[in-house]
Amino acid sequence: MAVKKITTPLTDEVVRDLYAGDAVEITGVVYQARDAAHKRLVALIEAGEPLPFDLKGAVIYYMGPSPAKPGRPIGSAGPTTSGRMDAYAPVLMRHGLKGMIGKGLRSAEVKQAMVDETAVYFAATGGAGALLAQRITANEVIAWPELGAEAVARLEVVDFPAIVVNDCHGGDLYEEGRAKYAREA
Amino acid sequence: MSPVRELDVGTVTEAVKDLCITANYDLPRDVYEALERAKKTEESPVGVEVLKQLLENADIAARDRVPICQDTGLAVFFVELGQDVNLVGGDLGAAIDEGVRRGYQEGYLRKSVVEEPAHARRNTKDNTPAIVHTTVVPGDRFKITMMAKGGGAENMSTLNMLKPAQGWAGMSQAVVDTVSRAGSNPCPPVVIGVGIGGTIEAVTLLAKKALLREIGSVHPDSRIAAMEAELLARINALGIGPQGLGGRTTCLAVFIEEMPCHIASMPMAVNVQCHAQRHKSVTL
Repeated sequence: MAVKKITTPLTDEVVRDLYAGDAVEITGVVYQARDAAHKRLVALIEAGEPLPFDLKGAVIYYMGPSPAKPGRPIGSAGPTTSGRMDAYAPVLMRHGLKGMIGKGLRSAEVKQAMVDETAVYFAATGGAGALLAQRITANEVIAWPELGAEAVARLEVVDFPAIVVNDCHGGDLYEEGRAKYAREA
Repeated sequence: MSPVRELDVGTVTEAVKDLCITANYDLPRDVYEALERAKKTEESPVGVEVLKQLLENADIAARDRVPICQDTGLAVFFVELGQDVNLVGGDLGAAIDEGVRRGYQEGYLRKSVVEEPAHARRNTKDNTPAIVHTTVVPGDRFKITMMAKGGGAENMSTLNMLKPAQGWAGMSQAVVDTVSRAGSNPCPPVVIGVGIGGTIEAVTLLAKKALLREIGSVHPDSRIAAMEAELLARINALGIGPQGLGGRTTCLAVFIEEMPCHIASMPMAVNVQCHAQRHKSVTL
């Protein structure tokens, strides 16, 4: 499969060139955040307070790692189910978020927000946490360490493999891929 | 009268610690081989790529002694307690929790348990309490099985209180609908445990126990074996594929177990398991 290499932060130009089904390798900074962190990020936005990182062009990785063994930057680090962040994602996109990495279905509202705000949703392979951890070279918790695996961390990734599921043109690989291979039982 | 064998619960703690760590590092052979077979038959190029990643991931986890998946699960245990075993040295439940505490700490496993789930959702920070299902059996052996049950697939599981008149047509449709609605969420290719009969609590436990069967094993009741084969074919015709990205491999195995139920009832539970089907047993 041909692979598109992209770097973060993402620009609208890069996002527009991504289509459902594209294989990508991501290099640069991505931010780790899942359930509890999303609740807090949106609460800060609603209160008009600053966020722990700049959302402009940012990519969030829905992930809560296992603890790092000595000498390693991170433990196993595969994606969690993205749908639980659907309630928060449109607000974040309206404030500059350009990319989300996770796994699993997104709501109609989130998909519409990707079209309206020029953003993209990538799937990484769920359950491949040992493999994906090898593409993460640095890990620094930058907010809410008391949340443990749910804290916000700044991760540096190199050639992190993912597939474009939802693009900013309305494409949806979960629907298209499934329709292509469905057949009568 | 048969002799009673003493077993110190400290032995159980040590065994539980080891089970937690090794179950999370070493993908069972039957699952690995099922993924290898799927890689050969999968028609979707993206699906093949995903299956390759899963096999490579299992190799890395086993070699580097790291978790297969960062979601190292709720620690679920099935205990078969021989009625001629006399447990000494402390409380069995506390001994199992201590094993979980040590295993999740020493094994660098993620702590994924929150207490007060309806409000505070505070992490207990040691992955306790464990969930323990105990059955008393004849004999003087103590068998304990650990299952590391991740949240993503568990969330897609269903309990269906059907009408007896719906029969197999209704039951099989409910299983297919459960997997279809789940789509990419539970990390396919999945393994499906189905319980039929009993009561609401018995049928869900039956579905979970069904997941302990070895992939490739054939149910001794040929009627149930045929139902399992039919469901596997129907699920794999959905097109969901590895990670839901489209393909032929949505499910590696369907395991069905049944038990008697009330004349008015047709309970059916579907326990969805991700491809990281992690469980391990030891007999003490």
